[in-house]
Amino acid sequence: MGNEDSVLLSRILTELTLSFHIIYATIGVGIPLMIMIAQWVGIKKQDEHYILLARRWTRGFVISVAVGVVTGTAIGLQLSLLWPHFMELAGNVIALPLFMETFAFFFEAIFLGIYIYTWDRFENQKKHLLLLIPVAIGASFSAVFITIVNAFMNAPQGFDLAGGQLVNVSPIVAMFNPAMPTKVAHVLVTAYMTSAFVLASIGASRLLKGSDHLYHKKALFLTLKLGFVFSVASALIGDFSGKYLAEYQPEKLAAAEWHFETEEGAPLILFGVLDNGNVKYAIKVPYALSILARDLPKAEVIGLDQFPKDEVPPLYIHYLFDAMVTIGMVLTGLSLIYLLGTWLRWQFIVSKWFRWLLVLGGPLSVLAIETGWWLDEVGRQPWILRGIMRTKEAATSSGQVDLMLLLFAGLYLILGVGSVVVLIRMFRKNTVEQELADRASLKAGERYDA
Amino acid sequence: MTLEILGITVLGMFLFGYIIVASIDFGAGFFNAFSTVTGKQHILTKVIQRYLSPVWEVTNVFLVFFFVGIVGFFPKTAFYFGSTLLVPASIAIVLLAIRGSYYAFSTYGGLKHKRYTILYGLTGLFIPASLSIVLTISEGGFVRMEGARPVLDYWRLFTSPLSWSIVVLSLTAVLYISAVFLTWYAHKAKDEEATNLLRKYALIWAGPAIITAAGIIVEMRTNNPEHYKGLVSLWWLFALSVMFFAGSVYFIWKRQAYGLAFWLMVGQFTSAFLAYGISHYPYLMYPYLTIYDSFTNESMAIALVIAFVAGLGLLLPSLYLLLKLFLFNKEYVQGKRDDHA
Ligand code: HDD
Ligand code: HEM
Ligand code: HEM
Repeated sequence: MGNEDSVLLSRILTELTLSFHIIYATIGVGIPLMIMIAQWVGIKKQDEHYILLARRWTRGFVISVAVGVVTGTAIGLQLSLLWPHFMELAGNVIALPLFMETFAFFFEAIFLGIYIYTWDRFENQKKHLLLLIPVAIGASFSAVFITIVNAFMNAPQGFDLAGGQLVNVSPIVAMFNPAMPTKVAHVLVTAYMTSAFVLASIGASRLLKGSDHLYHKKALFLTLKLGFVFSVASALIGDFSGKYLAEYQPEKLAAAEWHFETEEGAPLILFGVLDNGNVKYAIKVPYALSILARDLPKAEVIGLDQFPKDEVPPLYIHYLFDAMVTIGMVLTGLSLIYLLGTWLRWQFIVSKWFRWLLVLGGPLSVLAIETGWWLDEVGRQPWILRGIMRTKEAATSSGQVDLMLLLFAGLYLILGVGSVVVLIRMFRKNTVEQELADRASLKAGERYDA
Repeated sequence: MTLEILGITVLGMFLFGYIIVASIDFGAGFFNAFSTVTGKQHILTKVIQRYLSPVWEVTNVFLVFFFVGIVGFFPKTAFYFGSTLLVPASIAIVLLAIRGSYYAFSTYGGLKHKRYTILYGLTGLFIPASLSIVLTISEGGFVRMEGARPVLDYWRLFTSPLSWSIVVLSLTAVLYISAVFLTWYAHKAKDEEATNLLRKYALIWAGPAIITAAGIIVEMRTNNPEHYKGLVSLWWLFALSVMFFAGSVYFIWKRQAYGLAFWLMVGQFTSAFLAYGISHYPYLMYPYLTIYDSFTNESMAIALVIAFVAGLGLLLPSLYLLLKLFLFNKEYVQGKRDDHA
């Protein structure tokens, strides 16, 4: 097998592992915050429903963390196994956040162990809630640190190359690269948003399946409130990400927007298809791209004509970009309508079809996460480290990547199916009604004992 | 102390930590599966699950810490080990995944199958076996350079007595470490029956563990004379190790001071690990890679050390809390409390 093959296969395997990991990782970043909020509301209002909400989410969360840990260990090792040249260079410059990430995992893992095994141990529920704070901090910081590494791949700095040798390395400058602020913020906020919509989707599907319990209504209202806040934030920070691209990675923005010629007052192309280099069936919004990229309708936006052909990313990232942005807009709208409808007592928000839309929200937001990352990673091509190292120079020379690809594809299939089956079983077997009744009788028993 | 030595010391600590906590975990899984097959499940499963469930993730992080740390301190290892280990490391990942998913699906998710438990138990033997390959190839002679690319010679690896001895050592060590710890744990849990059974396992595996360890040193003589010479010059560390070993076996035999026996066993492995590590110096992989020519730049090294110290400040108190609540909490250990979410 030639090197061409192992580059292609290494890319596919990396893509597969990361695309799988990111589902569990995103949920793992966002859900601790949601549990914290629910438990806090429960303690404040002395409402058993919210406490039970936190408890049931925790049980599901543990499963997604376990799969996240397993696939994360895989990607962590695969980076060295598949991209040895890249990791050798990256190790010299950007190892610091990777190293700090493991501390964040450590912190999270320790307190998660404590949190889940001390549910009824404390008299004062607030003490138990305190244990969750390190879990949420650890989860969010592991996302911050790994995203910093990825930001560095997009905007490498903090070192000089002198005749192939790395000199003047500054780990701190490498960490605080121009891509970092928008990227970290966007990744965190979209993780919270996705978790909120995934949980809302569970609540909505329970309501559809015949249970009309107040518990699910409270869950749906809480998660959609959070979902709305975070989706507005996602769109805002997404806009900043676009401005970052216009400044530092104009080829990625131009490819995502099918902006071929450098021009002033550039229009924004929405949707459409590319047919022999001609854009068809697209919606053109005049001046919108200039506004998006530089805040001014007349500003100049760099087009693909400024770049050599072999440095232009694949043009299909336009579809990825559109998918992400559309989903973001749709979910913002959907949650807003639900909130307004609840306050103004619109009847249709309790109708079947509207609840079905809410059920769709969860999978859609996960899809937005996936398309966002594909946009980001494919849009960086042909570079693995933009402007410094090409992807094809970084790959392993091993001839066995094809077998490993099959091995891991099988593994992810089993893990994916397994985790879904286990989660469904777990919540079906132990219904909310049953559990609320159990806890009530337990409480009554305690009172009787005393 | 140079930065290189400081770096390898940090990594050594995490590797050693992983060896101990992971051995306990792997061995426990194996004993659990073994008891399922032999119908003694009622004796062991409770004790084992009580200990393992809250800490398995922490165990895994030790490993992640080690491989992330080594790429940070010694970036060239990513090239040499990364290029050669694709297949063995991928297999280890898949086995680790089976283990992690067992906790997720069985312990937390309630999916119980006998076959799954057995598979989980077997990974406890296969993972150390596949990870031990890293130690073997670091001894040199298994990787050759084809132009600029390092290639692993599988034929030599699978036909070398050294690599098989290291595999056997890893297995006996796993079972011994685990049995000694669990004897202590079961004793704390006041579980007479489990203590007796685990004590028996500890005594059974003590002999093979020490014999295979001695065997490796002999193997090394032909395989890597340079390393062998280093090992022999550190004879006093091995003598210390054997004394610790004798002490812990004595206490277990006498049914006394199981806690002390465990710490003596840790002492035994610490001194052997130190002797191995010091005599391996300065090589990471004979003869291509030393800690000096693979070291990162100075500013990164300093940044990593600072991060490490700050991180420890955060972790040690948290680890202490974890141990206090689960390992040293009488009510929890004895099964009087089960506050799982
Ligand atoms: C729920 C998920 C989600 C939603 C609704 C959005 N995004 Fe996003 N986006 C991501 C999830 C995401 C992501 C997965 O988190 C990415 C991939 C890499 C990254 O940094 O964040 C991303 C990347 C990303 C990038 C590329 C950054 C780069 O490559 O450096 C841009 C320009 C935007 N987003 C812009 C937007 C805009 C204008 C949105 C308007 C609604 C939007 N995103 C909604
Ligand atoms: C932005 C994308 C990513 C996010 C948000 C993310 C987040 C997470 C989270 C939340 C976990 C679970 C940690 C735990 O609970 O212990 C995890 C596990 C892990 N992730 Fe990712 N991850 C991302 C991408 C990556 C990448 C690219 C790598 C490779 C360097 C990676 C390496 C790991 C490792 C090694 C683990 C296992 C840690 C452990 O054993 O506890 N992650 N990740
Ligand atoms: C977790 C969310 C992520 C997803 C879904 C994702 C997705 C992808 C995809 C689709 C590719 C293939 C691009 C192509 O070859 O056309 C890729 C490549 C790659 N990604 Fe990411 N990525 C993620 C995060 C990260 C992070 C945080 C890092 C860095 C630590 C990273 C490192 C890499 C590397 C080294 C490659 C291979 C080289 C390349 O193709 O440029 N990825 N990823």
